[in-house]
Amino acid sequence: MNDKIDVKEMNLTPKDFQSDQDVRWCPGCGDYSVLAQVQRVFPTLGIPKEKFVWVAGIGCSSRFPYYMNTYGMHTIHGRAPAIATGLKVTRPDLSVWVATGDGDLMSIGGNHFIHACRKNIDLKIILFNNRIYGLTKGQYSPTSEKGKITKSSPFGSVDYPFNPLSLALGSEATLVARTIDRETKHMKEMLARVAEHKGLAFLEVYQNCLIFNDGAYSDLTDKEVKSEHVVVLEHGEPLIFGKKLDKGILLDGFTPVVVDLNDGRHSVDDLWVHDEKDEGPIRAFILSHMTDSPDMPTPLGVFRQILKPTYDEGVIQQIEHVIEEQGEGNLEELLFSGNTWVVE
Amino acid sequence: MGKNNGKEIKELTDVTVMFAGDSGDGMQLTGTQFSDTTAFVGNDLSTLPDYPAEIRAPLGTTYGVSGFQLHFGSSEVYTPGDNPDVLVAMNPAALKVNLPNLKKHGIIILNVDSFDKKNLGLAKYESNPLEDNSLAGYRVFPVAITTMTIEALKDCGLKPKEVARSKNFFALGLMYWLFNRPIEPTLEWVGEKFGKNKSVVCGNSKALKAGYYYGENTQLFAARYEVAKAELPKGTYRSISGNEATALGFVAASKLSGLPLFLGSYPITPASEILHFLSKYKKYGVKTFQAEDEIAGISSAIGASFGGSLAITTTSGPGLALKTEATGLAVITELPLVIVNVQRGGPSTGLPTKTEQADLLQAMYGRNGESPVAVLAATTPSDCFYMAIEASRLALKYMAPVILLTDGYIANGAEPWRIPHVNELEKIVVKKHTEVEGFQPYERDENLSRPWAVPGTPGLEHRIGGLEKENITGNVSYDAANHDLMCHLRAEKIERMQNDIPELVVDGDQEGELLVLGWGGTYGSITEAVNSARKEGYKVSKTHLKYINPFPKNLGEILLKFDNVLIPEINLGQLAKIIRDKYLIPVIQFNKMRGLPLRTYEITEKIAEILGGAK
Ligand code: SF4
Repeated sequence: MNDKIDVKEMNLTPKDFQSDQDVRWCPGCGDYSVLAQVQRVFPTLGIPKEKFVWVAGIGCSSRFPYYMNTYGMHTIHGRAPAIATGLKVTRPDLSVWVATGDGDLMSIGGNHFIHACRKNIDLKIILFNNRIYGLTKGQYSPTSEKGKITKSSPFGSVDYPFNPLSLALGSEATLVARTIDRETKHMKEMLARVAEHKGLAFLEVYQNCLIFNDGAYSDLTDKEVKSEHVVVLEHGEPLIFGKKLDKGILLDGFTPVVVDLNDGRHSVDDLWVHDEKDEGPIRAFILSHMTDSPDMPTPLGVFRQILKPTYDEGVIQQIEHVIEEQGEGNLEELLFSGNTWVVE
Repeated sequence: MGKNNGKEIKELTDVTVMFAGDSGDGMQLTGTQFSDTTAFVGNDLSTLPDYPAEIRAPLGTTYGVSGFQLHFGSSEVYTPGDNPDVLVAMNPAALKVNLPNLKKHGIIILNVDSFDKKNLGLAKYESNPLEDNSLAGYRVFPVAITTMTIEALKDCGLKPKEVARSKNFFALGLMYWLFNRPIEPTLEWVGEKFGKNKSVVCGNSKALKAGYYYGENTQLFAARYEVAKAELPKGTYRSISGNEATALGFVAASKLSGLPLFLGSYPITPASEILHFLSKYKKYGVKTFQAEDEIAGISSAIGASFGGSLAITTTSGPGLALKTEATGLAVITELPLVIVNVQRGGPSTGLPTKTEQADLLQAMYGRNGESPVAVLAATTPSDCFYMAIEASRLALKYMAPVILLTDGYIANGAEPWRIPHVNELEKIVVKKHTEVEGFQPYERDENLSRPWAVPGTPGLEHRIGGLEKENITGNVSYDAANHDLMCHLRAEKIERMQNDIPELVVDGDQEGELLVLGWGGTYGSITEAVNSARKEGYKVSKTHLKYINPFPKNLGEILLKFDNVLIPEINLGQLAKIIRDKYLIPVIQFNKMRGLPLRTYEITEKIAEILGGAK
């Protein structure tokens, strides 16, 4: 894929990825954190700067490309995955990233998202999920919790929200992960995993919009309580959480159950050991659903990573295969093919 | 007049034949084979496939009738013909639908086996037209096509259902005999197409021969007909449909520009065939992406264009409506893109399989904001080839989206095409920007075109997008004066293409009482109508537009030289509206929306009406 060269030789620094444009998000917006981590991770990937492209739709987070000194395109609402697809299919040498929000990707762009996933196009899609429409000034979004009171739902929203990870898993995305704006180290790790994955990588970032939906994730970020509400997924490790690491999750059939590791009845050996390479999607799906359960901690990390040939590779292989069999096309021959006759 | 096997041979200058039957009767295939062979023996021709939108419409009904009309002659043929001279009707419904169109004293060859109670009922005939004298005035030849096909195929080892499927070949064979054409090309085609399936090859070949020999041996037909070769320019020819020509045109444009071709498209009638053709051309490096919807079709093409490919998207009217917003993105990002709209009857889903010209205003104006695009229109099936190249050339040179309008009629219709050699086609010069020094994404050259700096080029990292851009730097700008400037620049860029497109040529007197002005796919009907008006002694000139935005430079001048301008269109007067708006002159409209090409005699009558006694 990317012609990787020596990272040191390239001598790229986060600064190289900062554009000359003033960043215009509200002070304190979670988007800043994502931008900073991306700018930190990109120089470490061994990919020349000119090979990165950011494509975005519409929304606060979709301004992202303007702030990255890479190639970029700020497009129209919801269409970034489709535009990125055309770019990746014709330019497999590029590392193509999509910055998108919950309105952009889950609502108007839902169709493009699921099809990009199912086709396993080698794109990195970063969803900035703030569970609100920010740029249009505060309407409920397809990821807002039911009953949300906003400008467009003064009596509370009636709709059920999407679970973006469940949707990605159901659409067969090949890497599905989640992180949160405040956990910068974890986010960097996740960004690196996404960058290295070959195939459609989907990273949901829980992002705080302090203007229209402040505190949406405070349970997961407040120092006091967060360890009770978050379980960090690590491949091959049991699911343990809690301030004193005294809680675990075991799988009872298809039902996850929180157990007390100090009650004398359960030990670490009983716990669910996370296997992100699991061929079947069911366990990852159970994990994604834990998010919606009030009794369960919210998982962060890589839920699932599988490897299968990408769409863009498939297209190229097919062309190569046909050329191998039939030889390279000759336009003159094509024009003169079929039933022809000569008029003297 | 000659003799042949005891039968007279009558020379004709041109003939229009209609093959009609159930949509499952293989009429499109029969018509295509007859056309190919007719082209092969040297006639000029034009075809009009006409089929229902349903894939398997109920058997035997009038709305399930599929027809294929073709007009061939010993001189230039411009249209598929207004009214058939010969109707081949495979069932009562086919007769019922097509009889009103048949010429007086026309020939009807019908499959008498299907004129039974059931099929007459399905076609809602109250009495059998073969018995109630309603076909008096026509020359009717009832032929037991089903019975004779079954008899001829009894040794092929086919199931009864499969045997029945071969009866169109019997009809085809009979028509070959009647018009004195060879059966060999079709025999060869059958061998190639069904080679692996011996019994099908046997069935179709035997049915074809049986039909041919039936004509020869029966006393039914007193005469056969001969249409002499047309005087066509020297060269190698093939029969081509508009959709195939469009596909070939883009492969040629890819080769001529040295850019890889990318098509992002969503299936839609009648444009899907372009996707089918291009997806076969893998060995030419063509990448086709069957998108999840129309919007993804154009969006993926915009992505490919950003990446440096020759990017196109193909669709029909409702799809163009869905592509509206993304087209605006291509306008503001100033990326090269060709959008093909194979127009069909509208509004909404309208008439998916029928032709119309009613998307002109949509193509011109159907976007939010001041969003100018170039609009081109192809005139004939083979012209689609050249216009696809031309649309690509303009898009690439001016870094702008170009909409190419074709229509259901020229897309599906076919004509003989003198194939050009690749070295006769002009190269398309493409400049990709690589110079780092002084690079500005929205710097403009003498054509007002901005540099194409594609991702992967070191040192030229830049951002483009749908927010208004500052001229030269390409930075996001909400500045009032800049927005006004950019609106003008984007419009001016399209206008400047005027210097780069051919001037319009008037056929006939360069000034006078009447100019007939057409655009796009009505070229054939108008040409034939004007020719026949001239034969009647009328002095009438004509000219035909292929470039609608911008118009050719000299259009205004030409219009002023005529007392009257008649604009025939298959819409309610969309070009007429633009001409009035732009040149402030009165025009006379002629509009018919029947899902079919305009009838030439109607245009001729209109010409006569305008010119009155003034011959
Ligand atoms: S509105 Fe919310 S999401 Fe948008 S920039 Fe401000 S804080 Fe961030």
